[in-house]
Amino acid sequence: MDAPEEPLPPVIYTMENKPIVTCAGDQNLFTSIYPTLSQQLPREPMEWRRSYGRAPKMIHLESNFVQFKEELLPKEGNKALLTFPFLHIYWTECCDTEVYKATVKDDLTKWQNVLKAYSSVDWLIVVVENDAKKKNKTNILPRASIVDKIRNDFCNKQSDRCVVLSDPLKDSSRTQESWNAFLTKLRTLLLMSFTKNLGKFEDDMRTLREKRTEPGWSFCEYFMVQEELAFVFEMLQQFEDALVQYDELDALFSQYVVNFGAGDGANWLTFFCQPVKSWNGLILRKPIDMEKRELIQRQEATLLDLRSYLFSRQCTLLLFLQRPWEVAQRALELLHSCVQELKLLEVSVPPGALDCWVFLSCLEVLQRIEGCCDRAQIDSNIAHTVGLWSYATEKLKSLGYLCGLVSEKGPNSEDLNRTVDLLAGLGAERPETANTAQSPYKKLKEALSSVEAFEKHYLDLSHATIEMFTSIGRIRSAKLVGKDLAEFYMRKKSPQKAEMYLQGALKNYLAEGWALPITHTRKQLAECQKRLGQIENYLQTSSLLASDQHLTTDEREYFCREILSFASQQTDSPGHRVALPMHSFAQLRDLRFTPANAVVHVGGVLSVEITVCSQMPVPIHVEQIAIHVHFSIEKNSYRKTAEWLTKHKTANGVVNFPAEASPFPTSQSSLPALELYEMFERSPSDNSLNTTGIICKNVHMLLRRQESSTSLEASSGLALEDGAHVLRCAGVTLQPGPNTIVFRTQAREPGTYTLRQLCASLGPVWFVLPHIYPLVQYDVYSQEPQLLVEPLADSLLAGIPQKVKFTVTTGHYTVKNGDSLQLSNVDAMLILCPEENRAVIYSNTREKVSDALLRVQSSDKVTSISLPAAPTYHLIEFELEVLSLPSAPAAGGESTLLGVTEPHGKHKDTQKTGHCMATTDHKVSIDCPWSIYSTVIALTFSVPFRTTHSLLSSGTRKYVQVCVQNLSELDFQLSDSRLVDTHDSTDLRLIPLNTESEQCIHSRQAVFFVWELKWTQEPPPSLHCRFSTGFSPASEEQLSVSLKPYTYEFQVENFFTLYNVRAEISPPPGTEHCRTGSLCSLDVSITRLSDLLEVDKDEALMESDEYFSTKLMYEVVDNSSNWAVCGKSSGVISMPVTAQATHRVHMEVMPLFAGYLPLPDVRLFKYLPHHSAQSSQLDADSWIENDSLSVDKHVDDQLDSGSVKSRGSVHSAASSEHKGLPMPRLRALPPGQAFNSSAGTQVLVIPSKDDHVLEVSVT
Amino acid sequence: MAVCVAVIAKENYPLYIRSIPTENELKFHYMVHTSLDVVDEKISAMGKALVDQRELYLGLLYPTEDYKVYGYVTNSKVKFVMVVDSSNTALRDNEIRSMFRKLHNSYTDVMCNPFYNPGDRIQSRAFDGMVTSMMIQARRGKESLVARAPGAWSPEEAAKGGAEDL
Repeated sequence: MDAPEEPLPPVIYTMENKPIVTCAGDQNLFTSIYPTLSQQLPREPMEWRRSYGRAPKMIHLESNFVQFKEELLPKEGNKALLTFPFLHIYWTECCDTEVYKATVKDDLTKWQNVLKAYSSVDWLIVVVENDAKKKNKTNILPRASIVDKIRNDFCNKQSDRCVVLSDPLKDSSRTQESWNAFLTKLRTLLLMSFTKNLGKFEDDMRTLREKRTEPGWSFCEYFMVQEELAFVFEMLQQFEDALVQYDELDALFSQYVVNFGAGDGANWLTFFCQPVKSWNGLILRKPIDMEKRELIQRQEATLLDLRSYLFSRQCTLLLFLQRPWEVAQRALELLHSCVQELKLLEVSVPPGALDCWVFLSCLEVLQRIEGCCDRAQIDSNIAHTVGLWSYATEKLKSLGYLCGLVSEKGPNSEDLNRTVDLLAGLGAERPETANTAQSPYKKLKEALSSVEAFEKHYLDLSHATIEMFTSIGRIRSAKLVGKDLAEFYMRKKSPQKAEMYLQGALKNYLAEGWALPITHTRKQLAECQKRLGQIENYLQTSSLLASDQHLTTDEREYFCREILSFASQQTDSPGHRVALPMHSFAQLRDLRFTPANAVVHVGGVLSVEITVCSQMPVPIHVEQIAIHVHFSIEKNSYRKTAEWLTKHKTANGVVNFPAEASPFPTSQSSLPALELYEMFERSPSDNSLNTTGIICKNVHMLLRRQESSTSLEASSGLALEDGAHVLRCAGVTLQPGPNTIVFRTQAREPGTYTLRQLCASLGPVWFVLPHIYPLVQYDVYSQEPQLLVEPLADSLLAGIPQKVKFTVTTGHYTVKNGDSLQLSNVDAMLILCPEENRAVIYSNTREKVSDALLRVQSSDKVTSISLPAAPTYHLIEFELEVLSLPSAPAAGGESTLLGVTEPHGKHKDTQKTGHCMATTDHKVSIDCPWSIYSTVIALTFSVPFRTTHSLLSSGTRKYVQVCVQNLSELDFQLSDSRLVDTHDSTDLRLIPLNTESEQCIHSRQAVFFVWELKWTQEPPPSLHCRFSTGFSPASEEQLSVSLKPYTYEFQVENFFTLYNVRAEISPPPGTEHCRTGSLCSLDVSITRLSDLLEVDKDEALMESDEYFSTKLMYEVVDNSSNWAVCGKSSGVISMPVTAQATHRVHMEVMPLFAGYLPLPDVRLFKYLPHHSAQSSQLDADSWIENDSLSVDKHVDDQLDSGSVKSRGSVHSAASSEHKGLPMPRLRALPPGQAFNSSAGTQVLVIPSKDDHVLEVSVT
Repeated sequence: MAVCVAVIAKENYPLYIRSIPTENELKFHYMVHTSLDVVDEKISAMGKALVDQRELYLGLLYPTEDYKVYGYVTNSKVKFVMVVDSSNTALRDNEIRSMFRKLHNSYTDVMCNPFYNPGDRIQSRAFDGMVTSMMIQARRGKESLVARAPGAWSPEEAAKGGAEDL
């Protein structure tokens, strides 16, 4: 609660009323005490305990002491509280019993009787003691006696109703005490009186309120009653409580109005429905507007009167409570609700009357608040008051429109009459504001007096409001007021002033994407620009409006016609043109290239088909649509080659454009996403990476200033690029909606063409799309003529005709009749030219254009192919057959295993990996007509066969086996297979054992051939053979050329059998069969089959007395572990070199398994003496230690290689003749020289009886 | 009577705005747009400390002669603005609150739709239907006022209610 001591701002009126206390008795005495009393009473607060559970309050009491009169006492039924005496005090100084009896008692009795008559019980008798007085008197009774007497006489059981005040005018401690006691008593009694009387009053008031449904109830009466209570609270400085009383009244009234609106009308309310005749606004400068109060009291107040009075009281109390901003807030609400209530109650109000009332009230409230606050306070609380400012502005505006003050011509007579009526309703200015220069009344009167004055006041108010809104950041509100101002300026025919406000508002709406306000503001702006003669801006706005979906078709057509009529009338001044942004006129939807990859060769035709969505409501004939193209030559030459372009460009050739930003969300969120690309820069010399990075391709979209992105209206930056490269399409009529326009161009210079701008021209009006985005490019390339030769199949096979495809890419070269390809012939490769060979000419897009007969002329060295005439950028395709010839057989000792088709030194040995074919390359040099240089083309042919041979023996009879493997995917027919001795020995005969002359060899299969070798004389140590067979593809019936046979040369050495080895196993004596685990005897006999031969002449041969012998080593090995050899398994024997010389060896072996077991191997080696030792240390050591296994291994290797690579084994024996290691060494006998006659024989071994487990091994 | 319901994106462009067809739509657009000033003011006045237990309901944004504009802001700064006819005094604060809550629930449903892109205009039929019901229901509220017994009214409560409306 506010303490009353707190200094209130001086303007605030302090209530004069104080609770009334009457004084009876000795008036002189009271007069002497009064100054002290009135000063002391409010000094200390007192706690006021309240009824109805209301919070207790500390209260400073003040009183208005008046002389007691009977008239002051309220009569029965008088509800006035303000004049109600809350306490009656009787003052006496009497100290003399006589005097008391004589006068005072009577006086007191009379006083008491009057009080009783009015049933007032709030009284107090004060006896003042004065020492000075006492001294003068002689017959003084003790002080107490008079007091006691009074108490006895009057204070029946209420002894506290009589108090003593001692020496009130002295300055002593006793006096002080006495005063304190008295004051406390006084305060207590006063509060008791308040509590009691107010409580009673409130009860009465409530009773009255509960009667409100009764017919005779009157709101005004009740109002007066409750206001009385409010007055008392105010009097007691309980402003909060006082305010509550008014708020309750306010709410009660409001509820009645609402209920009335809902059909529940109270009788008394009809009075408030009388027509409004006066609209002089709120009056807030007086604490109590008695004039209005009397109207209410007389029940003559109108609704506006009541509301005005009620609010003025609320305002006063709120200002006491120092809540001026609440005043502002409530005022706005009050004004709104008054307008509503008048509507609800269907009160007839002259037009403009309410506007006047509201305007005056707004200003009154504002001035009232300004009056009690300093500038700084006001400035920091604009948010509270700005509503009133804008409301006042709005009302003044509507008054201006109503009274014809806004029109250009000024008010007409009707307007003037209205103005006079309105001014009449204001009445006379009230005296309290009469001296104020800027009073609301004066302002309104002046504003309505003339067009100029109105303009001044309206602009003042508007600017003040805009400024206030702006200063507190309410930009949108400021713009809205600005728009009103713009409307005003437009009416006043000053569009130049209006434009700024319209642009500002439009910018704001665009930034936040509010479609309807945008459309509306644009319409206003269009009007403004038209009047200002801003042709370009007007056309631009018109185009935006013509495409605006929020307008009616008629409106859109109107704006469209505006553009068209401008376009048609200005044709006489060439050169002048108006560039407008395209997006409002039409939108680019998609773009389609033909050819689809947007790559075209020089001279080729490119067509660009664009789909444009016209935004106009009517069909528009456009003189020309042009695409401005930027041309650049790519620095990186590779990137623009035909292959690269054809490979890397998107195939469909359609570019879709995102829909242009519609008026909707033009917010930050709709910013395009980053489009990042990687970038590599290579050094031009060695192609090494110089720099790498990331490029953002849409920087221009992302990094532009925020404002410029929102002001789509800005016509700046619509510079037309003047490029030499323009695609044009003339005379197009654009229907509303999608339209397709096709541009054709013939490619000229090679390079990259970027589509930059789209421009539609309509007379001097040009609609320009400044950036075509995403990036659209097409490429023009120039290509060098090229020849490509490639086999039709995966690989070319040697020996048979194979097809090879020739592709000539003409590029920029025109192939004329007579142009030919000159192929230099290679010996081993034939170019076959079948009859009726045709060359096909394709266009660049692989469409067949024509075909022509191909003429091929061959001479010794050159094959000439005459090309058919073909235009540039075409393909010529034809096929030729080539045949890789088997070359002449290799001469001399440098013979190769594969004597096939090999030109010199080109043989690649592919024997290592099983199924690879041997290949051979042929290089063909071709002279092309477009180049002075020859093109060298390498063709690789594969040999389809792999051939191996082997020597087979049967005793002394010899056979040669040749195995031909087909490695290719084709089947071949073999014919006429032959094996000839190249040395032509007369005594040697090769007898074929092959029955069929023709044989089919399927893909990945082999065919074997066998010949028996017969001789009459001593056979030569080596045999040179050549195998040849004719072959042709099995599938083809007829070949145009005769094919050369396939040949294979090889050599067989030491094929003559020298030794026969026979092994025999016999069961132990006395048994029929061998048994497992029992020793059996192994007899080996080695027999020399011939006398000394040429082949025997080596270092193992020993000669003594015409008797020759050679050292052999035998070895018994059982690799399959069937036998355990007991004792020595190997040994060296000296073999006489004579026919039928036999050496027998006996040893014991033990079978380890039962069944038919193959005999252990017996191997023979030549045992060479140590002086010619050549083998490695390892060999010798193994032999000395007699470790059969290790020797075996080595020997096995030698044996294998020796048998297959006959030549290799000889070589190895001969090459290291002179190594002086004193170790004997072994050399395997060539496979042809030793014949094992017991090979393949088996011995039956039966299981021993002890064995319970029968082991069967299958070998 | 809700005469206009608007949903406004964080960036202050309208996601949804619908008004009763009998009135001039443009007027409401201007009104709702202007009310954003007060919404911004209220949001910034709430301060950061209060963000956690923040009240989403912003209360009366500003009254005009004919309408009252109420505001509500979601945690993602999407604003709901509702314009109510001033003459409809039956609509008290609590009713407005519950209407906003309904609106928020329905908006949440829209957002939950996987086919809805946040930031796009709301075209949900369910949401539209809910707004329609809000406009109709509000009218019914006015009719119910007739049935109200005047005797049940007490000035203390009314004064309190009035104060709340402030």
